[in-house]
Amino acid sequence: MDRHEVTMIVNGRPSTVLVEARKLLVDVLREDLGLTGTHVGCEHGVCGTCTVLLDGRSIRSCTTFAVQADGAQIRTVEGLADGAQLHPLQDEFWDKQGLQCGYCTPGMLMRACEIIDQNPDPTPAQVREGIASNLCRCTGYQFITEAVCAAAARMRADSESSTGAQA
Amino acid sequence: MKPPPFHYAAPTSVAEAVELLAAHADDEARVLAGGQSLVPLMNFRLAQPTHLIDLRRVEELARIRTEGDTLVIGAMVRQSVAEHSAEVALGAPLLAEALGYVAHTPIRNSGTIGGSIAHADPAAELPAVALALDAELVVAGPEGTHSVAAADFFRGPFSTAIGPGEILTEVRIPRRAGGHAFVEFARTHGSFALVGVAAVIELAGTTVAKASLALSGVGPTPVRAPAAEQALTGSDADADAVRAAAAADVLSPAADVHGDVETRVEIARSYLRRGIELALQRAQDRR
Repeated sequence: MDRHEVTMIVNGRPSTVLVEARKLLVDVLREDLGLTGTHVGCEHGVCGTCTVLLDGRSIRSCTTFAVQADGAQIRTVEGLADGAQLHPLQDEFWDKQGLQCGYCTPGMLMRACEIIDQNPDPTPAQVREGIASNLCRCTGYQFITEAVCAAAARMRADSESSTGAQA
Repeated sequence: MKPPPFHYAAPTSVAEAVELLAAHADDEARVLAGGQSLVPLMNFRLAQPTHLIDLRRVEELARIRTEGDTLVIGAMVRQSVAEHSAEVALGAPLLAEALGYVAHTPIRNSGTIGGSIAHADPAAELPAVALALDAELVVAGPEGTHSVAAADFFRGPFSTAIGPGEILTEVRIPRRAGGHAFVEFARTHGSFALVGVAAVIELAGTTVAKASLALSGVGPTPVRAPAAEQALTGSDADADAVRAAAAADVLSPAADVHGDVETRVEIARSYLRRGIELALQRAQDRR
């Protein structure tokens, strides 16, 4: 079967792969690009562990063919930390124990990125509704909600202090 | 599982897409929109198209515009884009409200308006909205384009008036006055609904001038509730009239794991009443 050239900017780095059209984005990320942080779960768009950002919007990489992402900017969980410096979301998930087995975590983190991006000051209720798209079978969601709210507060404080420094 | 191999093309115009469909008329060629129904079906190998024609590069299908009193939404407009569009909020607030019930944000970021309508899942929100709003569905094929009224568009479960070799290109929605409401009952937020209700009610003074009511999940296609519409029209729509109207239509949902027929009828009538009440309330607030 014919192969297609797919070029994406993944976590800021241009990547080109030659893949069959049937290859799912999540499998290209994991197998062709070695980014195994994104997990494969239900493979039909329900569980959300494969969630990545495509041009800044959360999508299911298990119900997206890689060819559909040609030309797109992709951000995965590997793109969150800055070297050894964890992203505030990762830090707060750690601190508040927003994970147990960790299977849902990459998807939760990327979905949380979008929630905070669209609303920098979400209420716990808004976070709970926002992460309803992603399943976690360990935590009962309570610690995840707390972690997302705490990260949002830190990110607001960080952006205020950097704005203040400029002024 | 993973999908079996297929040939893939991503044309940049409707004309090119129609040509590709014609060229593969003897194959199992399918149009790919957002893929949020088709790709899961392919992952399970319940659908095994030999050719996929991806409309993602067809820019003419990704626009929202307003022509006089008609809101025109391109078939490839992403659901989350329509959900937050000021033009949709103004021209079809019922659609904007219903979109909040379509799965979850990550699905709506990929899923399209046209994809959901063309897929025609009997439990889906958008077909019921199209039916309640008397939308026109524009279809392009080898013989040009034509438009189909929503009332004639949905033929059965996952079956529409889109012919072989044709593509749904636009949804044309006439602007409605009055109050709207979309309500639904689902076991959990974002799950497929047992019933969805799309309602638009226009008032003249204190009486109902026009009522448009459609339900999802109670039959093989979305259905209008003509007896309820008729009962409400010309009435003052007090609590008794609304209750009677919500019980006026014969509803025939199929029994399934979520409930027997009696239960599902009861839930449907209850949500129909809630939809009427909310639309009525909003129509009164607006007056």
